[in-house]
Amino acid sequence: MTSGTLHAVTAADGPEALPRLNGELVFNAPWESRAFGVAIALHDAGAIDYEVFRSRLIAEIAAHAGEHGTGEDGRDYYERWLDALEHVLLEQRVVSEAELGERAAGIAHDWAHDHDHGHEH
Amino acid sequence: MSHAHDDVAVRAAALEALLVEKGLISTDAIDAVVDLYENDVGPQNGARVVARAWVDDAYRERLRANGTAAIAELGYGGFEGDTMVVVENTPAVHNVIVCTLCSCYPWPVLGLPPAWYKSSAYRSRVVAEPRAVLSEFGLTLDPSVEIRVWDSTAEVRYLVLPMRPPGTESLSEAELAALVSRDSMVGTAVATVPGAESA
Repeated sequence: MTSGTLHAVTAADGPEALPRLNGELVFNAPWESRAFGVAIALHDAGAIDYEVFRSRLIAEIAAHAGEHGTGEDGRDYYERWLDALEHVLLEQRVVSEAELGERAAGIAHDWAHDHDHGHEH
Repeated sequence: MSHAHDDVAVRAAALEALLVEKGLISTDAIDAVVDLYENDVGPQNGARVVARAWVDDAYRERLRANGTAAIAELGYGGFEGDTMVVVENTPAVHNVIVCTLCSCYPWPVLGLPPAWYKSSAYRSRVVAEPRAVLSEFGLTLDPSVEIRVWDSTAEVRYLVLPMRPPGTESLSEAELAALVSRDSMVGTAVATVPGAESA
């Protein structure tokens, strides 16, 4: 699977595309679409094996299945997706816990700062 | 937005930023993937496959014999669609698809799955009590109809070929495609003509 194949799908859609019949948003929050896009782009780039990722996703979903209210309505699916992606990348030493934590702290700080100055509460 | 959601959004942003910084992927590549699945790949693709099968017997035969190849004839294929098997509904057999372990789904023909397909309730119950689950979707099948539940695997993704609704003999292929809902290709609904009595 390469993005070349993916884009062939777009081209085939063309101007005669039917209206979308999905009936609901594909993603419930912007971060869900980013987590999805990162995993597929990594696979396209050959940086992860999708089957390795999928096995981890199955494990994450199973691990949370017993938790009260979790997974019941499918809305936490992309949290499990992100858990699996982090796990695979940590295991393959593509990223480290330390740099992930450091970057997350920096982003959280920036967002809190934007929030304080960007909105009235 | 809750703090829990903020946390997970921060984690996603941190991971993306690091991977881009390391040169493993580009922001443009991620944008392209997201745009594709938000805007271009969806159940309208599968609807075209179904409509073609309804009007072209030779195509339907090819679809039954080799779903992946017949679907590729219309230009659809790739991710989560490497091997696709088309299961055909008949007056005697109704098919429904699930992925009990995660949420494998035939992306090239249906797009990304709806929330209920990913829910633990659907994943576990449709296998154990399909007739009850289908009736909750508003689909009550005659007790004589056999229900077959197809569990997607790493190797195989299924697509349901619904029955062509009666009274549609005069419709064009494009008009027929508009009758094919996402749920009818998952098997939690049947294809119907708006305003007509459904099966």
